[in-house]
Amino acid sequence: MKPRHKRFAFIAVALAAVGLAVGLVLYALRGNVNLYFTPTQVFDKQVPKGRSFRIGGLVEKGSVKRESDGLTTNFVITDMYKEIPVVYKGILPDLFKEGKGVVAEGKMGAGGVMVAEQVLAKHDENYMPPEAADALKKAKAMEAADALKKGGAANTAETVAIPNNAPVAQ
Amino acid sequence: MTINWFKYASPTSFYGLAGKMIPWFAIPSAILFVVGMYMGFFVAPVDAQQGEFYRIMFIHVPTAILSMFFYLVMAGYAALGLIFNTRLSAMMASAIAPTGALFTLISLWTGALWGKPMWGTWWIWDARMTSQLILLFLYLGFIALHASIDEPRRADRAAALLAIVGSVNVPIIYFSVKWWNTLHQGSTIKFSGTSMQITMQHTLLTMTIACWFYAIAVVLSRVRSIILERERKTDWISELPEMRS
Repeated sequence: MKPRHKRFAFIAVALAAVGLAVGLVLYALRGNVNLYFTPTQVFDKQVPKGRSFRIGGLVEKGSVKRESDGLTTNFVITDMYKEIPVVYKGILPDLFKEGKGVVAEGKMGAGGVMVAEQVLAKHDENYMPPEAADALKKAKAMEAADALKKGGAANTAETVAIPNNAPVAQ
Repeated sequence: MTINWFKYASPTSFYGLAGKMIPWFAIPSAILFVVGMYMGFFVAPVDAQQGEFYRIMFIHVPTAILSMFFYLVMAGYAALGLIFNTRLSAMMASAIAPTGALFTLISLWTGALWGKPMWGTWWIWDARMTSQLILLFLYLGFIALHASIDEPRRADRAAALLAIVGSVNVPIIYFSVKWWNTLHQGSTIKFSGTSMQITMQHTLLTMTIACWFYAIAVVLSRVRSIILERERKTDWISELPEMRS
């Protein structure tokens, strides 16, 4: 082995070792690296008790209700399996919308309602002009109507995937 | 015909080649920046959800992609320098670091500017953003470590090791949005296809090439300065026309 082969082998082995070490550390910490819990995980009691934590999912359609003070908002976060109601007093981000991704941070209050201190909108990875978005919506509605006519399941309209990470319980 | 690759591994011959290559990257870069900016501001349509705010991605995404790419290039040069003991490889790694750090900083900065109106926060410690911040520290650490050792060849070796070890972070940044729950959205541009309107894609591509060419031009210019500084005691430098005058 020439000296440069030795140095190459040394670098390759060092890189593999560091990669393995970092991989193991991240694997061990995988729960802590995640930014939020899904509603399913909250129901599975995987969430720290009495401490502030984040829930992520979609804002359930038709669940957003604003109170008369103009600042308090009630809505439901869903991962399509379980739902958590949230109450938040403050200004919501621009992208906060029904059927879109959201991350709420707060503590569980009485009756299983999360009292949020911060609500963040989670954007999806799709970029399109408004006309295209409208066309897509219409096409989906027609598809759903067709499915109904054929006597298919009524829930085909609910194919909105949760952006990015599907909330699979760990 | 065989090309003698090792000819350009010597600082003497690369100095001239780099000087000749700079305009070939600098001028297209300037043109592409103008075209890309015009497309980004006036041609690309507004986004259905984000309105005009999304346009910041035309600088955010290219700098973010290239910050990761140039780290791998830098680590690659550092490894070449360690293995073959070539002086030029280490000089190239040192020349790339400041541009990589700049791109990383711009990506973090524009991300924060976008995050406040869209997400509702400037910053959050999610996996994507945290690992990108670590990338900035790796670049800065590389520069600082290199600067703290007086003897250039020893500085090269120490900094090279840091660069190589730090390259483990790059796949973590890239896959972070896949492996963990993050606030940052998933990848729009994937091998399986792109979920973005076509004009937006073209604008993004134009800006990415513009940033890429800019980086190449700046790195070549910087490596010329490094060569001059490090080889200042050699004969060939004192014989350069720009040194005689």
